[in-house]
Amino acid sequence: MAVTNVTSFGRSGLSDWLVQRVSGVVLTVYLLVIAAYLLFTPEVDYASWKELHSGLCIRLLTVFAVLSLAAHAWIGMWGVLTDYVTVRLMGPKATPLRVFLQLGMIAVIFVYVAWTVAILWGK
Amino acid sequence: MLKVSIYRYNPDIDSAPYMQDFQLDTQGKDIMVLDVLEQLKAEDPTLVFRRSCREGVCGSDGVNINGKNGLACVTPLSECVKNNTLILRPLPGLPVIRDLVIDMAQFYAQYEKIQPYLINDTPAPAIERLQSPEDREKLDGLYECILCACCSTSCPSFWWNPEKFIGPAGLLQAYRFLADTRDTATEERLSKLDDPFSVFRCHGIQNCVAVCPKSLNPTQAIGHIRTMLLSSGT
Repeated sequence: MAVTNVTSFGRSGLSDWLVQRVSGVVLTVYLLVIAAYLLFTPEVDYASWKELHSGLCIRLLTVFAVLSLAAHAWIGMWGVLTDYVTVRLMGPKATPLRVFLQLGMIAVIFVYVAWTVAILWGK
Repeated sequence: MLKVSIYRYNPDIDSAPYMQDFQLDTQGKDIMVLDVLEQLKAEDPTLVFRRSCREGVCGSDGVNINGKNGLACVTPLSECVKNNTLILRPLPGLPVIRDLVIDMAQFYAQYEKIQPYLINDTPAPAIERLQSPEDREKLDGLYECILCACCSTSCPSFWWNPEKFIGPAGLLQAYRFLADTRDTATEERLSKLDDPFSVFRCHGIQNCVAVCPKSLNPTQAIGHIRTMLLSSGT
């Protein structure tokens, strides 16, 4: 019998796995860029931080990193919830609880993505 | 005297499982865990465990020995005893039938799912399907599995989702038939493994590799399956 799950990120194990790996690489690159900036900038203050984020490249990289974080967190949290919040471990109440937690997680991820875009391009 | 603590549970009599302590004089010999069980069973015939070949070939006597899964018949006391104490429990994660005997139906159900037999839709030759020595070598490290379940029952992903995740033993066998050049059902086999659970619940923690009594490497086989899925799915 085929195994299916409608709340996973890409519905396919292979695509989730690939997205998890690629998003991990993107996050690592972003972390290294920000770490290098913090290390090699003599004085980091609001003005220099704003200056850094005025460039289109870093804005795009930031959006890319936040989208990667969103996908990474979705897949990872889906994995945790389907391991521990299950009918097998908790009985029938697990299904509504897990759907509630998953929708809450998706809402939080959406807020973070929208918030990032608002910070970078808002007035 | 060796202190032996054994998980006991007889559902007809006991309301809950408990640990029973035994004292055993091993006379200083480095005997196998199975020998300990046999000697204790001579004292207490109600003690129940599975065993058959007593030489690591049949895979019947997988038990949890001082916290680590292994075959009782090929695990000497010198390898497992700590503080002169031997703690024996059934393999974790599957229902206990009695004492150290577990119900392996879920384990076999996953094994059955991967169609553990050669599928070849071309006409059979007169004698046998030949394979080059190089192609035959690809099955080394795969065909030796004895299905003792030590690996799958040490895997948290299998504990939490035993009905959806195939588990290391089943996946090692899945790759054994994917890697077999005589098998013609590769695409069909791969298409059944592409969901988020069957293969991809493996997070690569390698408990399976650490406990395998035959020193096999299910994590590596799972990696090969992922690579095959990637090249057939992209």
